[in-house]
Amino acid sequence: MTATDSPAYPSFPEGSDAFPHRNLLGIAGLQPWEIQYLLAEAEQWVALNQQSSKHDDRLAGLTVINAFFENSTRTLLSFEIAGKRLGADVVNMHAAQSSIKKGETLIDTAMTLNAMRADAIVIRHGSSGAVQLIADKVDCPVLNAGDGSHEHPTQALLDALTIRRRKGEIGGLKIAICGDILHSRVARSNIICLTTLGAEVRVVGPPSLMPNAIEAMQVTAFTDFDAALDGVDVVMMLRLQNERMQGQFIPSTREYRRLYGLTEERLTRAAPDALVMHPGPMNRGVEIDSNVADDPSRSSVTEQVEMGVAMRMACLDVLTRRARKVEGWS
Amino acid sequence: MSNSTSITNGRLILPDGSISENGSLSMAGDEISAINPDTAPSDALDAKGQYVAPGIIDLGVFAVDKPAFHFGGITRAAVMPDQNPPLDHPARVRFVAQSGKPDFWVHPLGGATRELAGSEMAELALMQDAGARGVATGRGWIADSGTMLRLMQYCAALDLPLFVHSEDEGLTGKAVATDGEMALRLGLPSAPAEAEAISIARDIALVRLSGAHLHFRQVTTRAGLDLIRAAKAEGLSVTCGITPAHFMLSDVALGGFRTFTRLSPPLRSEDDRQACLEALADGTIDVIASGHDPRGPEDKRLPFADAEPGMAGAETLLALTLNLVRDKVLSLSDAIAKLTSNPAAILSVDAGQLAEGMEADIMVFDMDRPWVVDSAKMEAAAGNTPFDKMPVQGRVTALFKGGRQIAL
Repeated sequence: MTATDSPAYPSFPEGSDAFPHRNLLGIAGLQPWEIQYLLAEAEQWVALNQQSSKHDDRLAGLTVINAFFENSTRTLLSFEIAGKRLGADVVNMHAAQSSIKKGETLIDTAMTLNAMRADAIVIRHGSSGAVQLIADKVDCPVLNAGDGSHEHPTQALLDALTIRRRKGEIGGLKIAICGDILHSRVARSNIICLTTLGAEVRVVGPPSLMPNAIEAMQVTAFTDFDAALDGVDVVMMLRLQNERMQGQFIPSTREYRRLYGLTEERLTRAAPDALVMHPGPMNRGVEIDSNVADDPSRSSVTEQVEMGVAMRMACLDVLTRRARKVEGWS
Repeated sequence: MSNSTSITNGRLILPDGSISENGSLSMAGDEISAINPDTAPSDALDAKGQYVAPGIIDLGVFAVDKPAFHFGGITRAAVMPDQNPPLDHPARVRFVAQSGKPDFWVHPLGGATRELAGSEMAELALMQDAGARGVATGRGWIADSGTMLRLMQYCAALDLPLFVHSEDEGLTGKAVATDGEMALRLGLPSAPAEAEAISIARDIALVRLSGAHLHFRQVTTRAGLDLIRAAKAEGLSVTCGITPAHFMLSDVALGGFRTFTRLSPPLRSEDDRQACLEALADGTIDVIASGHDPRGPEDKRLPFADAEPGMAGAETLLALTLNLVRDKVLSLSDAIAKLTSNPAAILSVDAGQLAEGMEADIMVFDMDRPWVVDSAKMEAAAGNTPFDKMPVQGRVTALFKGGRQIAL
């Protein structure tokens, strides 16, 4: 599938806004047509990003602050490129090394950012709910770039965009999400996004990394990776979140690879054209083997990165429309 | 303070559970001198048909916050040892025991172990001499079963109740919520509710060995309450308490990451909440306490998992407990007993009953008076209540401590 044959804008209830939310704090609470709308919006940016000139000035004069309270390379870079390609003045705040260490509270920081009259703030934080806390205190749109083990909505949207472009439709697909479900914000956002769009989602991982209420999220839980892979259309691998673990959750990475590593042999249990995904960064030889990750016919790892920029451009564009007084966005 | 020493025209909630309509009460010195005396003095306080009950004895608060306590009808509080520095030394216990007087009495609970660290026993007998009416493990539990057994043996010998916090910290770790759909969706560190039952089961086994009186300060799960119920049926000396948050709210209240719902133990499932109501009704739960723990914005205006647990509960304790009466979970006299005579019995104090010779700690309250909880207007040192903006009914209109009326 290419941008030229991307689906038309989905229909949404008459009389409502296409995206009536001020912020993007999570996938939870988004209606199916709102997710589809963002995906459709991103398609134009995929097309732009594939041209030699990748510039659009619609956010010219606006200031986007990327406030990252937790270290990140790819997500920060992706948001930075997205903002710059739209013409915004992008400022990166590496808060993990700044005033927070001097005792300033998160709310102080939020109020400081607000006083600087940012037009959009992108936040990553190590604590669930921190982004909501800031969003409640600032006047401009806030985008969640990952908060603790809660949500990472743009990751789920870019994953959905990748799947849709590869598979045409998301509804009806069988998708397995494998790894550290307990600590993964990517898993939570993807579960909500993909089930909202009609996919059948399976989650698989060590019992110690599987939340006991997971089936309340309309998924089927497995601890046997081989059984979970049976006939799936998409295999989404997750990284072990060692930094979020307190105590020992797995006996060893060697054993983890034996039970939950995606090898070529194991992948034969999935559908013949199954798509392999990973949000990165990958622990090669632990949760995924290089010959699987690097096979462009099976793996979409680099395509996910590409879709990430387009998806974030779409989110920045849509969320700033009211401030920019775009017609129809009062 | 006014000098009224009698109350007339009230509905007196008496120790046998009956209500004396159009009753009167006289005080002499700091004691109740007569219930329904033949003649009442002319300067008596006219209760205007409102209820007259003993002042509330709040079992296990973390701060002495007199304006909030008086607003809520609380005349005595047992204060937890989790102070700065901790109440693990007789001199500190003596100092706290003398604070608050004359219009409020504080009953310190001595720290069971030095620095509340859970390893070395504190000087229990000396703290008792200094005024401790019980000892407590504080916010945490004692993981070492040997230490816990020896502690209980000492408490049994000294006839001191031991107040415990029941959560197996090996399971809870740094959890801030109970395992379940809500914690999962919010991505909050959570622990299984069974952490409570495991802790209670061990401690009941040690009560059987030691004969100590154990008071489980807050029991919040069906499994934990079933264990307490069975232990009581067995005749063991165990009592337990709860705070309104755990019988009013379930973990659904965590939505929106509202840190005023960050409590310890955390809010439980709806099934556990229903179990709490059943246990209140059948008498398994002896005491309703406020858990008063006012926390300022420095502790609460943080991401949920980083916020400190605790709520300011003194002002809402009576009104929220009266919900149980309106919902027919408890009779009015049973509800009042869980606020007054039951905690008095655990602390062995001569108060908590409208009876001759008892300390004249009296509250007069209007059962139906409506008001709205407003965290911005609370008397407490901080307004961290999960019940903000909730309409409630029931308000104290007059309060006496030791026979002297307190201006509200």
